[in-house]
Amino acid sequence: MELILVNLIDGLVTGLLLFMLSAGLTLIFSMMGVLNFAHASFYMLGAYFAYQISIALGFWMGLLLAPLIVGVIGAGVERYGLRRVHQYGHVPELIFTFGLALLIEELVQFIWGKNQMPYSVPEVLDFTAFSIAGNSIPAFKIFMIFISIAIFIGLLFILTKTRVGMIIQAALSYPRTVEALGHNVPLIFMGVFGVGTALAGVAGVIAGPVLGTFPGMAFVLGSIVFVTIVIGGLGSLWGALVASLLIGWITTFAKSYNIAMSDILNGIGIATPENLGDSALRDLWTVTSPQIADILPYILMVLILIFRPAGLFGKRES
Amino acid sequence: MTDQITTDPTKPAQRMRAGSMTITIGPWIVAAIALMAMPYIFTSNSALTIMNQMWITVVFALAYNMLLGQGGMLSFGHAVYAGVGGFACMHIMNMSDLFAAMPLPVLPIFGGLFGMGLAMIVGAFSTRSAGTVFAMISLGVGELIAACSVIIVAFFGGEEGISGDRTYAMPFFGNEFLQQIDVYYLTSFWVLVSAVLMYLWSRTPVGRMANAVRDNPERAEFLGYSARWVRFYSFVASGFFAGVAGGLFAINYEILTEENLNTASSGVILLVTFLGGVGFFFGPIIGAIAFTLLQTVLSLQTELWAFYAGTLFVATVMFFPGGLAGLLMMHVPAFKLGKANLLVVPYIKTLIPAAIGVFGLCALVEMVFHFRHAATGDDEMTVFWMTFDSHTIMPWIIAVVVTAVGFGIMRMTAPAMKEAWNAANTAGGKS
Repeated sequence: MELILVNLIDGLVTGLLLFMLSAGLTLIFSMMGVLNFAHASFYMLGAYFAYQISIALGFWMGLLLAPLIVGVIGAGVERYGLRRVHQYGHVPELIFTFGLALLIEELVQFIWGKNQMPYSVPEVLDFTAFSIAGNSIPAFKIFMIFISIAIFIGLLFILTKTRVGMIIQAALSYPRTVEALGHNVPLIFMGVFGVGTALAGVAGVIAGPVLGTFPGMAFVLGSIVFVTIVIGGLGSLWGALVASLLIGWITTFAKSYNIAMSDILNGIGIATPENLGDSALRDLWTVTSPQIADILPYILMVLILIFRPAGLFGKRES
Repeated sequence: MTDQITTDPTKPAQRMRAGSMTITIGPWIVAAIALMAMPYIFTSNSALTIMNQMWITVVFALAYNMLLGQGGMLSFGHAVYAGVGGFACMHIMNMSDLFAAMPLPVLPIFGGLFGMGLAMIVGAFSTRSAGTVFAMISLGVGELIAACSVIIVAFFGGEEGISGDRTYAMPFFGNEFLQQIDVYYLTSFWVLVSAVLMYLWSRTPVGRMANAVRDNPERAEFLGYSARWVRFYSFVASGFFAGVAGGLFAINYEILTEENLNTASSGVILLVTFLGGVGFFFGPIIGAIAFTLLQTVLSLQTELWAFYAGTLFVATVMFFPGGLAGLLMMHVPAFKLGKANLLVVPYIKTLIPAAIGVFGLCALVEMVFHFRHAATGDDEMTVFWMTFDSHTIMPWIIAVVVTAVGFGIMRMTAPAMKEAWNAANTAGGKS
């Protein structure tokens, strides 16, 4: 029972982290119809900038400044890169962001090298918040949960209650009408792109100390983020939230409970074959849940795409 | 009314349709002779290795372009089909009874069939829509299969992959493929056959419909074609040729690992194809040759070759979406007007300073990299065959000046080049 609670918290942390990335990505998608392949790269940039700033000014200034810098870079990418490629169509846009992801990874290696950076949890938060049956929960995890929830509520408030949010929502659905009403739609797009990448930057700042700041960090999380928004339904903020939490919990639980495939198969009445070593299906029999924890999201995505192509909360197919 | 129905064979569009299955034989004969003559020109073993790698990439890139260029489907997981084809070939190699009764040149067909089989399974649900959704599914499936490779050890061999020995095959006219040169000719044969087949495929009605569906799926549907099935056929055919490329890889390297399946390999093939140009059939061929050369030659010279390749890729997407082939084909109208000679001098005036500027910039990049990452005390560095101390100010000034002067002259002469370009592409006037 206690273990379940610990796993719930761990899964929540992973899920909310995923959500901070997928929220920006799904906003950008519903706005421009393009999936930003480089989104996780902005997350990585956030972590690296925060590390560099934290050396000079401390963690808190890093938390404040790094997302701002990332957001400005993101807006610049939209203004000078994506807008230029936009005229060629969606596929070149996707290819552009893909190339950008490659380039940012190389750039990070160029500046900071290939090793992991010693970016660590600030001392103020480096203590055990509480412990459940001997499993200590670090305060930084609680801090991560609060930051993510605060951002989610803030985002929801801005999008649904303020005038700016209303204009953004209108611009998502009817950009031409909004433009005719006198709003600068390209500027809105640039702003949303900047805010989306800044959100990824925040995620990078607070995930860097826990998951490690190294050049492969974008790649590790990148494809999972895409899976998340496909499962949640492209363009749906609530879908992104639900899918993030789902993936967070599924992977955490699969990793902590060692369920063997042979037990499941025996449980439903299929006996283990006599000479397992020679059987072609021996790998299927010896699979355990921690082994497949990382590919569960992909399996889930393929299933979703087969049975509900629009995703859990999606309204349209493309 | 009859005027509208009669086809006029002098009109280009109808001429093409009338002779759609016949191809100009000229370029293919040239290609075949070039393939045969290459080992006599580049005799060293390393050149053979590079050429083998190049031709395999050519097959794979052409297969990829069947999707991206001709079908308008962007796949982020195409390495999977080549990889699975390769793994299947490797397993056939290890089945000694079967393999001993099979000549080696037949093996890539089996790779193709397995690639095709997988493409049929995945295509059944992924080709429902093109664009972003297709790209996402391809990425997900690619990741899934790549991740499976460490779990399903029986087929993928886990971390260390699986290896085999091609020489156990039935001797093919007495040849056991012990030498690299034998493999070269086998690969060349398959490159030519696959390229011809893929070219013919692009001329068949289904190949033409793939173009139509790429450009306007709705209209294609109104014509009575199911966009989905047209995509499915392209996807399956592309899977077949990707599998052939995988089979060639298995024969050439005799080992396949997880690396053949993962997203990085899929990304590389996208890069190769786009660099070469997706708009023309021969684009991926140029891309594969250029990229393999870049990879093998540049990676010997600098650690930063991936950085340069990435920059080149992003620049291509932003400024030349037609790729290298598009750049070449841009000059066809000027040649047809007989005014290409107008371009020579302005090109020299602009492009040579630009190249000098780029070299200066590269030198700066290398110096920054050396300054930041070299071990302490190791101040000596070599850029463009010049050795100097990167911790003194002089080389920096020289590099900055070279860069600035190069790009400065380029900026000055660029308007003249643009004018010459316009003049060369305008009919009439003096030539």
